[in-house]
Amino acid sequence: MNESRSDLLLLLAGVGGVLVVATLIGQWLAVRQRGKASVAEAQVSVVDNLNARINAWWAMVILIGLAFMGGKAGVIILFGFCSFAALREFITLTQTRRDDHWALAAAFFVVLPLQYALVWYEWYGLYSIFIPVYAFLLLPMLAALRGSTRHYLVRVAETQWALMICVFCASHVPALLTLQIPGYEGRQVLLIAYLVVVVQISDVLQYVWGKLLGKRRIAPALSPSKTVEGAVGGILSATLIGAMLWWITPFTLWQSAGMALACTLMGFMGGLVLSAIKRDRGVKDWGHLIAGHGGFIDRMDSVLFSAPVFFHLVRYGWDVS
Amino acid sequence: MKRALAWLSASTIVVFARLITAVHARWQGCEPRAVQRIYFANHCSHGDFVLLWTVLPAALRQTTRPVAGSDYWSGSRLKRFIGRDVFRSVLIERNPAQRDQDPVAQMVQALDAGDSLIVFPEGTRNTGDTRLLPFKSGLYHLAESRTDVELVPVWISNLNRVLPKGEIIPIPLICSVTFGQPLTRIPAEGKAAFLARAEQSLLALAMQEAGIDDEKLP
Repeated sequence: MNESRSDLLLLLAGVGGVLVVATLIGQWLAVRQRGKASVAEAQVSVVDNLNARINAWWAMVILIGLAFMGGKAGVIILFGFCSFAALREFITLTQTRRDDHWALAAAFFVVLPLQYALVWYEWYGLYSIFIPVYAFLLLPMLAALRGSTRHYLVRVAETQWALMICVFCASHVPALLTLQIPGYEGRQVLLIAYLVVVVQISDVLQYVWGKLLGKRRIAPALSPSKTVEGAVGGILSATLIGAMLWWITPFTLWQSAGMALACTLMGFMGGLVLSAIKRDRGVKDWGHLIAGHGGFIDRMDSVLFSAPVFFHLVRYGWDVS
Repeated sequence: MKRALAWLSASTIVVFARLITAVHARWQGCEPRAVQRIYFANHCSHGDFVLLWTVLPAALRQTTRPVAGSDYWSGSRLKRFIGRDVFRSVLIERNPAQRDQDPVAQMVQALDAGDSLIVFPEGTRNTGDTRLLPFKSGLYHLAESRTDVELVPVWISNLNRVLPKGEIIPIPLICSVTFGQPLTRIPAEGKAAFLARAEQSLLALAMQEAGIDDEKLP
């Protein structure tokens, strides 16, 4: 545990160092802009948004650091709340109506807490199928009992999708704590740190590479800011960073690179998929609670998609329970 | 004691409203300033004024009173406490047959005491499919009585989905409160024209929201 804590502190110090550099660059850009006589408004808003994002990163890193210090309870509470906020954003954009009221109440106040309780009790056999099987069967029943058939399949499918993304996928982050890896006892929180750092740094680096070199857009209809140059540069450099972090994981250097590549690819696709939903619903952001970033889903999209895959790769490759 | 309890209840209600709705204000046509105003909003839920009140800066909350139906808010001791002591509502009798006070006179009295008001000119909760019910004439008479008070249209979106009529458990959904430009005053405009213009100003805010608010399938 002591070794785990010192590794965690070292990692947090590294992230803090990156944020200090980012903050200095952001402030330098802002000062330089203010010095100039005429700057296009679009450029000002890019720098403002960058600084808002960096400030929000400080808050997020501090919050996650505190949750890690709180151990299993801290991590489960943090991700339980993230699930709640994400589900609230997702359901807001669905076409659910009065007749879904019981189903939605069950989704928020029964399914979500139960899923995290199952993770807390480390009941893998149930939490891995609870939402895909039991919520999947239960919620349509509740919707059917209300008697309305209008857009029935659409409403039921949207609710199930919301639960899968916002609760099922997200709960696989704290579930990493329950893995039993020989020689890695008491250090599982570092797996969460590894996943979050690799996936989020990939998002950041995709943004940076895209702003510096981005030309060819990958999917203009889905996301105007995603470019080939940004994606390739971001994923490769994040994979490199992931490999360099092998010392906090149970992986070898090359395994760590492979894991980081898998996570960043899933993360990239997660961003694209959730953008597609936003564009279909005609909104720019999922929410407004994280200044500069948008909503919780905007910030978590890549983690949501990579968490279950990372969890299962580690479980089948390293877990002995 | 009662005041402390009222303050505590108000804070609890604000925290709860934010937890369920993550409500955010869009000050589109005006700024949150300490000028005397009549906020007129759409009405789908008993929580409407709570949401509007929640997004006001704390200083403005002290001087902003909702106008509410006394039939509902006198229903039980708890409702009376929340209506009178927590929100300092101006309680009016909606049924003309039972009135012993003129509602417009009550509202003017509150304005003359220096407070701002939150009113729902539809008169009752809109539980149908139309965006707005036709406005009652109260807003016109109120506006005529005090022409120096700003009339600010406010669109509250999504709250009807959080707690539809007849349900007990609120569903967490993101709500927004959009403040429009104050209505310009046109001298000798006439009741019908004024009310039509007021309705239109609210509908215009609703349309801007339509990206999120629209329940129609493609």
